[in-house]
Amino acid sequence: MTAWDRFLETFFNPAVMGRYLPDIVKGTVLTIELAALVIVSGLVLGLALALVRSLGFRPLNLLIVFVVDLFRALPPLVIIVFIYFGLPAAGVPNWGFVSTWLSLTLVLMAFSEEIYWAGITSIPKGQWEAARSTGLSYGQTLLTVILPQALRLTIPPLTNRTIAITKGTALASVVAVGEILGVASSAVSNSYNPSPLTLAAVAYLILFFPLVVFGRWLETRMAWKR
Amino acid sequence: MQLVVEARGIHKHFGAVHVLKGVDLLLAERELAFVIGPSGSGKSTLLRCLNRLEEPSSGSIIVDGVDLLDARTDINRARQRIGMVFQSFNLYPHMTALGNVTLALRKVAGKPRDEADALGRAALARVGLADHAGHTPGQLSGGQQQRVAIARAIALEPRVMLFDEPTSALDPELVGSVLGVMRDLRESGMAMVVVSHEMGFARNAADRVLFMDEGVIVEAGTPAQIFEAPAQERTRTFIGQIQKH
Repeated sequence: MTAWDRFLETFFNPAVMGRYLPDIVKGTVLTIELAALVIVSGLVLGLALALVRSLGFRPLNLLIVFVVDLFRALPPLVIIVFIYFGLPAAGVPNWGFVSTWLSLTLVLMAFSEEIYWAGITSIPKGQWEAARSTGLSYGQTLLTVILPQALRLTIPPLTNRTIAITKGTALASVVAVGEILGVASSAVSNSYNPSPLTLAAVAYLILFFPLVVFGRWLETRMAWKR
Repeated sequence: MQLVVEARGIHKHFGAVHVLKGVDLLLAERELAFVIGPSGSGKSTLLRCLNRLEEPSSGSIIVDGVDLLDARTDINRARQRIGMVFQSFNLYPHMTALGNVTLALRKVAGKPRDEADALGRAALARVGLADHAGHTPGQLSGGQQQRVAIARAIALEPRVMLFDEPTSALDPELVGSVLGVMRDLRESGMAMVVVSHEMGFARNAADRVLFMDEGVIVEAGTPAQIFEAPAQERTRTFIGQIQKH
C-alpha cells in the first residue's frame, strides 16, 4: 500500500463515507435549524436592545452596555458550557441544543446591538430635526426616517458578524448535540476512520461558502452612494 | 393686528453659555421678519426655539394661539403649523422628493396615501419641481433639494415658516431659484422669519429687519432704517462690514 493509498483510505474511505452519509445529512439539517433560530432571535433581540438604548434612559443604557460587553468578551464555548452545566434546567430534553441556541443568541444579540447602534448614531442630527420639525413623533422619526437609513449601513457588517457567529453552531458538539461536527465526531469514534470529518467539512462548505460570497457581494453593493 | 408668533423674554443657556438674553419677537400675519447678526449672536438658536427644536430656558412662546411651552401642549401637533427650512436641506435620502413631502402628511396629518400624494404634488408644483417628484435627493441639485425641503414644509399648510440660512450651503448660481420661491411664498401672504445673509433679499422683501448681537436684539426697523440709517453703533459696524464685500 502506497502512502497515497493510505491517505485516500484514511480521509476518503468510500465505505465509511457511505455508511455515515445519512447521519451527516441529518446533522446538516439540525445545524440549519440551529443556525436559523440563532440568526432570527439574535438579530431581533439586538435590534430591540438598540432601539431601547436610543431612548437615552441612562440607567437602562448602562445595563445594556454592560450586558453587551459581557457577551462580546466571553468566548462562546464558555457561555455554552456555563449554560449547559450551570443552569438548573439542565436535564430537560434537547438541553444541549437549547443551551447552544441561547448562548449563540446572546452573543449575536450583543454584537448586532453594537452594529445597529453604530448605524443609528451615524445618521446626521439634521435628519431627526427635519422629521421632528414636521410634527413626526420620536418613534415615527426613528422608524420611518432613521432606521431605514441606519439598517442599510449595517447590512454588510451585520452579515459578516452573523456568519462568524453562526459557524459557532459547531461548538454544540461539545454538549452532545447531533449537528454536523457532533455526528461526524461520533462517526469517527465508531468507525476508527476520519473520513466522516471530510464529509463534515464538505457540508460546512456547502452551507457557508454561499453565505460568505453573498456577504462579499452585499458589501460592494451596499456601499453608500451619494 | 393678529399675531402669528408671540415670543417674549426668551432666555437660552447652553451650560454656562448664555446664548439668548431675553429676546422678544412678535410677528404679525403676512409679515416677513429678517434676522441678521454676526455668527454666534444667537439668531439660529432663537429660530430653533420658535418650534422648540431648542428648549428655551425661560420665556413664553405662543404660535397661532398655542402656548408652545405649556406642558399640556401636543408639540407634534403644534409643529405642523410651523414650517422649518434648514441650511443643509436635511432631505431624507432614502425617499423620493414626493416621499419627502408626503411623509408628515400621511403620518402626522393622517391623510390617506392618494390624498397625500395629490397635496404633495401640488406643493412640489408650487416650488417649480412638479416633474421631479420621483427623483431622490441624490439626483437633485442643492437648489432643487432646498426647494423640495420648502415644499415639505408648506405641504402641511403652516401658519408661519422659519428659514435658517436657507441659501448658505448653495452655490451662488443656485441661490436665485430658492430666493424666488421664498418671494412667491411671501407674496402669497405667508408669515416668515428668515435668518440669512442675503441682504438684497432683505432690502426688497422684508417688512422688518432685526439686528442681533450677543444674545439680544440690538435694533429693529424697516430695511431702509437698518441698512441706511442704523441708530446703534454696533449695527452700523456690522452693516459696514458686510457691505465692504
